[in-house]
Amino acid sequence: MSEYTKPLPRGEHYNGEFYDYCKQHELRFQRCSDCQAWRHMPRESCRNCGSFNWTWERSSGTGKIFSWTVIYRALHPGFNDEIPYAAVVVELDEGVRVVSHVIDLDLADLRIGLPVEVVFEDVTSDMTLHKFRPASSA
Amino acid sequence: MSSFTLKDKACIVGVGETAYTRGSEQTVLRLVLEASRHAIADAGLSLQDIDGFVLPGYFVFQEALAANLGIENLRYSAMIQMGGASPVTALQSAAMAIATGVAKHVLVPFGWNGYSEARVSRRERPDASAPPRENAMSQAVRNYYAPYGALAPVQYYAWLATRHRELYGTTDEDMAQVALTCRENAQHNPRAYMYGRPLTLEQYLASPTMATPFRILDCCLETDGACAVVVTSPERATDLQHDPVYIMGVAEGHPYPADDIPNRPDFFKIGLSFAAPHAFDMAGVKPQDMDFAEIYDCFTYVVMLQLEALDFCGVGESRHFVKDGRLRIDGDLPINTHGGLHSEAHVWGHNHVVEATRQLRHAATRQVPDCELGLVTGWGDFGDGSLAILRR
Repeated sequence: MSEYTKPLPRGEHYNGEFYDYCKQHELRFQRCSDCQAWRHMPRESCRNCGSFNWTWERSSGTGKIFSWTVIYRALHPGFNDEIPYAAVVVELDEGVRVVSHVIDLDLADLRIGLPVEVVFEDVTSDMTLHKFRPASSA
Repeated sequence: MSSFTLKDKACIVGVGETAYTRGSEQTVLRLVLEASRHAIADAGLSLQDIDGFVLPGYFVFQEALAANLGIENLRYSAMIQMGGASPVTALQSAAMAIATGVAKHVLVPFGWNGYSEARVSRRERPDASAPPRENAMSQAVRNYYAPYGALAPVQYYAWLATRHRELYGTTDEDMAQVALTCRENAQHNPRAYMYGRPLTLEQYLASPTMATPFRILDCCLETDGACAVVVTSPERATDLQHDPVYIMGVAEGHPYPADDIPNRPDFFKIGLSFAAPHAFDMAGVKPQDMDFAEIYDCFTYVVMLQLEALDFCGVGESRHFVKDGRLRIDGDLPINTHGGLHSEAHVWGHNHVVEATRQLRHAATRQVPDCELGLVTGWGDFGDGSLAILRR
């Protein structure tokens, strides 16, 4: 595997646990054990009910494009060979949103509401990133 | 029983700045000291009169500032951490210190080497001489945005602009109104970095794309420089050098959640959406009463977003509001009369505070005739916001 030069998540504490699940090809988010509210980024307590009790619950992995930008000037050299590329905000069916890449989609076809489903890319031996592709049932 | 209010409890009595350059060859502290001395002298005060600091950002510390200015009895010092919203929020903290009698003369200085030390294109490089400064936004950027190639404001604020365009039909030509207005105003301001360099719509449209929908000319400058203001009480102001500029209303606000953009329920509910009603209520005036507006212009679209948050128009309507030259010096709402961050300098918007003060003194390089009331906004750190409503 050639050297991976893009920035990697720091992955400390709960953020590390999030990416540990990605490594197992599972997209999981925190979910409040008391009021059942989903949340992302990881937090210590529930914004809805204040509870400290939560578990990592598996997401359906399906959602829709909420917004995006097509980047022509990479501001990190690791992305210089990728331009133009899209940094996309995906809203999962559970209501949480993540920044990701959508593969197998022409940049010209990006649109709000486009159904997508999660895939996983093992970018290094230690790190797996979630990505999305147009939903197969769409 | 009326509740306590900061309305007209404090005023700006001194303003100053350094030259705005790309390559100051000075330390940030030196720049800040120079701007501070100008502001204190402009007020007609001596250095030792200053007994309070409110410091936007994190580039200088009160200990060094006091040591260099010879201030032996510093009674109040605070730091504000709201990125580009900090200078206007600092006015709120200064007004609180003055209104409560904690301090008599509060200095609010800001400076940085925003080009020679802190350029966005340099700071994220793996071989950068100093790693990017950690702040409240670092967790989101480092763990969740940067791995996907979104690691600078032009990239992650673009998500807001894209959604606005898709939902409301905002166009390149609409955003251009902000860039062109700033550049035109700068042609009258010898302090402006873009003085002597006019801009056409064709040049704007031909400028390279950074992150859709933003071209490079949708982005503000990166410059070195500092500016400073002095705040005191109306009573103290009566025998100073200039007519005071009163802080009629001032407030800060924060989007929710403030440290992550994608998970905000409503992308267009920003810090200023919370701050604006407070500040207008305090001042007892309406947006339509403003003779001018100095609006934090890190990106063209962010000005449009703020026009909506200020309730000059409804959400999604700024594309109509900016048409027909309304933002120009002879329009209904002149904005960024000095050239703004786009064309004067990027000093975290503290230059907007300096310019608003000069407008209300009727001493600006591009004067809004007979102006009585104006506003200054701040925006920073993922959309924290602040608003000061000022009067002569």
